[in-house]
Amino acid sequence: MVDMTNVSKNTMNTADIIYKYMRPEHLPHIWCPGCGNGIILRAIAQAMENAKIDRNKTVLVSGIGCSSRAAGYIDCNSLHTTHGRAIAFATGIKMAHPELEVIVITGDGDSSAIGGNHLIHAARRNIGLTVVVMNNNIYGMTGGQYSPTTPHLEYGTTAPYGNIDQPFDIAELAMGAGATFAARGAVYHSALLAKTIEKGIRHKGFSIIDVASLCPTYYGRKNKKGSAVDMMRYQKDNTVMVEKAKTMTEEELNGKIVIGVLRDKEAPEYSEEYAKLVEKVKGGNK
Amino acid sequence: MAKTVLMQGNEACVEGAIAAGMRFYAGYPITPSTEIAEVSAVRLPKVGGKFIQMEDEIASIACAIGASVAGVKSMTATSGPGFSLKQENLGYACLAEVPLVVVDVQRSGPSTGLPTSPSQGDVMMAKWGTHGDHPIIAIAPSSVKECYTLAVRCFNLAEKYRTPVIFLMDEIIGHLREGIEIPENVEVINRPTVENPHPKRPAYAPTDNLIPAMAPFGEGQRYNITGLLHDESGFPTNDTKIAGDLVTRLMKKIENNYDDIVEVEETHMEDAEVAVFCFGGTARAASSAVETARKKGIKCGMFRPITIWPFADKELKEAMKNVKKIVVAEHNWGQLVNEVRRVVGNDKIIEFVGKIDGTVITPDEILAKIEKED
Amino acid sequence: MKRDLIINTEWCKGCGICAAFCPKGALKVVEEKVQKVEGAGCVLCGMCEQRCPDYAIYIKESEE
Repeated sequence: MVDMTNVSKNTMNTADIIYKYMRPEHLPHIWCPGCGNGIILRAIAQAMENAKIDRNKTVLVSGIGCSSRAAGYIDCNSLHTTHGRAIAFATGIKMAHPELEVIVITGDGDSSAIGGNHLIHAARRNIGLTVVVMNNNIYGMTGGQYSPTTPHLEYGTTAPYGNIDQPFDIAELAMGAGATFAARGAVYHSALLAKTIEKGIRHKGFSIIDVASLCPTYYGRKNKKGSAVDMMRYQKDNTVMVEKAKTMTEEELNGKIVIGVLRDKEAPEYSEEYAKLVEKVKGGNK
Repeated sequence: MAKTVLMQGNEACVEGAIAAGMRFYAGYPITPSTEIAEVSAVRLPKVGGKFIQMEDEIASIACAIGASVAGVKSMTATSGPGFSLKQENLGYACLAEVPLVVVDVQRSGPSTGLPTSPSQGDVMMAKWGTHGDHPIIAIAPSSVKECYTLAVRCFNLAEKYRTPVIFLMDEIIGHLREGIEIPENVEVINRPTVENPHPKRPAYAPTDNLIPAMAPFGEGQRYNITGLLHDESGFPTNDTKIAGDLVTRLMKKIENNYDDIVEVEETHMEDAEVAVFCFGGTARAASSAVETARKKGIKCGMFRPITIWPFADKELKEAMKNVKKIVVAEHNWGQLVNEVRRVVGNDKIIEFVGKIDGTVITPDEILAKIEKED
Repeated sequence: MKRDLIINTEWCKGCGICAAFCPKGALKVVEEKVQKVEGAGCVLCGMCEQRCPDYAIYIKESEE
């Protein structure tokens, strides 16, 4: 069970979230029944409220895939880009105007397959982006092909005999590349998720929140995971807070989703470092 | 007083871009365009601009588009292999109507080809490289001075029409060093924007001139930009009428302004019976061949499109009215020559001088075709 | 402050997540739309709205 004691109340109710942060004329959203992405989007809106960020100064950037439609539902500056490239577009926005809050919404394929290079380099630079990964372990928009996070030996339409690939752990991948804030969330623990995303937004530098979403339509059906409710129940039974996980053995952690903040450290932020460079150059000290 | 300085083509491109207001550059090293990145890295922080070396070519154009969406004039530069990689996001900028300058300093291909030998093999890629029907503007300089002045023009056209503009340089011009006069003032055009940004204002609200006025991100208009076909609000649509109207508008906003965009240079064309058609670096050899021919008493002229796309149909047709033979010289297997054939028809003799081995086309090779008895 | 459970049937896609995790068993899905179970004692805890992927169920607060 997840310890919720340290989580403050998320104050917004859904009606407020919809009318303050979303574009209700574009709802209901396009996602399938039971898709976890809607829960993540709500958590992002809640986190924006918690972090008290100005919508006029907030940019949501997305790539391609199920996750990418998320950007347009939030009432701020939204940029729906090309497959895998959201982080690269976002880097340009943040560099051009560091005062803007830049949030990237991406998926497992978008961020770690076609966009893997941009993910690791943004993490390496420690540029002030908040990256939320709607990780549903499958390519949903194209109908259920295996992704870099589809577990070993599970199925997709392009892994009809079982997936022989080993999966990425996206949060670990980002940490390996130097991410200064990395966290994992799960849609079952939606209130905690909002708080975790809020922490990511408040963090100065690159932050990533890898969120276990649900895809009952493709991943669930292909892998006999049952209904959306069954998949939610799986998350309920198999999520472990990071603090608790530290006391568990590797064997005990097998198959568990460790959630919470995995890393939170300070380091110089990229656009601020560039501003310092400009000052130095203008001052004549090369 | 304008000052004269010795400059390389690539360097002049950056100086022109900065004069036009370029304050953001994102790039990836590739010969023969690397000096554009290097000079940008040195110069931009000094003028309050920003430079970033991205992880790859795709990220570079994406990053430049991001900066432009946030209101900063942006550029990226590359050569053939990198230009291939940038094509998807080039189409994104066309559809999303993001002002941007993409420099392609052409080198021999295909593939890694012959780095870093001269070529003009990317002429058709500049027009058709990205998928789907889209408008494109491409400009080709043939001197270091033009690297400067036409870089300004590229930015002005990009801003005026809210579209990516390709600065189609080549290795000959990029690495050429010449003394040039730096103009003291250049005309600078800024993109259409909105005075009182408001969230209720549609991103692509219709305008008489078909060019949308949008505030940069962060100023309060709060709109959506997408690479999907969209309605005037900027949100995706599956309405085929709206989709068709959007692509039509994109094409028309360039087509309707043909006269403003298309620029050509004609030399000795008044009495010409033979004309050399050339552009970019090849124009230098052609110019020498034409002068030699005239000294030999041949009524020879030169037609040089400065704007490559849209193609100068009108000017070419008019200039070639009394010409019997056209010698087309380009550093490829034959790309623009087919456009020339399309425009002038079958009643003219067309001689082609091409090169695909990385060597330069010489004045003698062009002269031989001018003098050839047909 | 008056608090009511509101269901937006138009947006409900009938996934059943709210009903499955309602601590009071106060919700059910009938013909792909969620409904209240009358008399089941909804305590307006709001867990349903936290997990509804479609923003189709929420607690509305209003002046008495």
